[in-house]
Amino acid sequence: MVKINGEMLDKDGMTVTAVLADMGTGAQRVAVELNENIVPKAAYDSTVLKDGDVVEVVRFVGGG
Amino acid sequence: MSIPTREEMYRALEERHGSELQKKFASASVAVCGLGGLGSNIAIALARAGVGSLHIIDFDCVDISNLNRQQYFPEQLGQPKSQALYDTLSRIAPYCNITADCVKLNEDNIPELLRNENFICEAFDNADQKAMLVNCVLENMPEKYLVSGSGMAGLSTANTIVTKKITKRFYVCGDGVSDVSDGLGLVSSRVLVCAAHEANAVLRIIAGETEA
Repeated sequence: MVKINGEMLDKDGMTVTAVLADMGTGAQRVAVELNENIVPKAAYDSTVLKDGDVVEVVRFVGGG
Repeated sequence: MSIPTREEMYRALEERHGSELQKKFASASVAVCGLGGLGSNIAIALARAGVGSLHIIDFDCVDISNLNRQQYFPEQLGQPKSQALYDTLSRIAPYCNITADCVKLNEDNIPELLRNENFICEAFDNADQKAMLVNCVLENMPEKYLVSGSGMAGLSTANTIVTKKITKRFYVCGDGVSDVSDGLGLVSSRVLVCAAHEANAVLRIIAGETEA
């Protein structure tokens, strides 16, 4: 199981890109932290989540 | 009437905040990236609190459509926001060390332009640009404290705007969902709430209170 934004989900073995697609968000307007470290955008395709990982996906919306 | 001396201004802040806390504020350097509804209000809150050094950055000029929420005056229309806000901050906090840059931040110039400040406020309005700045800072400058804003449009309750600590040095303020393109757009009061959250997060971190 992987903890994503506080929720335990069955996403082991999935890439960050696939998780973002499942959430219905693109890679453009997000920041992704994996176990307290930023995942560089260039590594979204190659970063595979494993059991026990803690992921925070911050989605940005416009306005300021 | 002449303005108070540096010492008189500092003493007044010390009386409010206590000398230990004021020393921390005075020795802090904060960069505010984007000087719209978020950034102009964040910078004013930090200047009033006595933050020692502010670096204010925006490439845009003051437009009449900004006056509903941004801290500019009608006579400043057409001026670079960095210069207009510099002038206002200099009146509020005449002894604050302010650096104003009229430049568009991008992945190439961020590491150089933000090298001197330990605290960075993301205060853009465009979602792509917010993500660009946040990713660039987190990837290249992991030692910085970064406070970002996302979700403050419209006139729904202000009670959904919160500060969330994402990782050790990265905080996000806002409701996370209210997009400027949905409905009403940006209203002064709700943008101000989010700006206040960002400024408050920075001041708390400077004070050593790192929980959201």
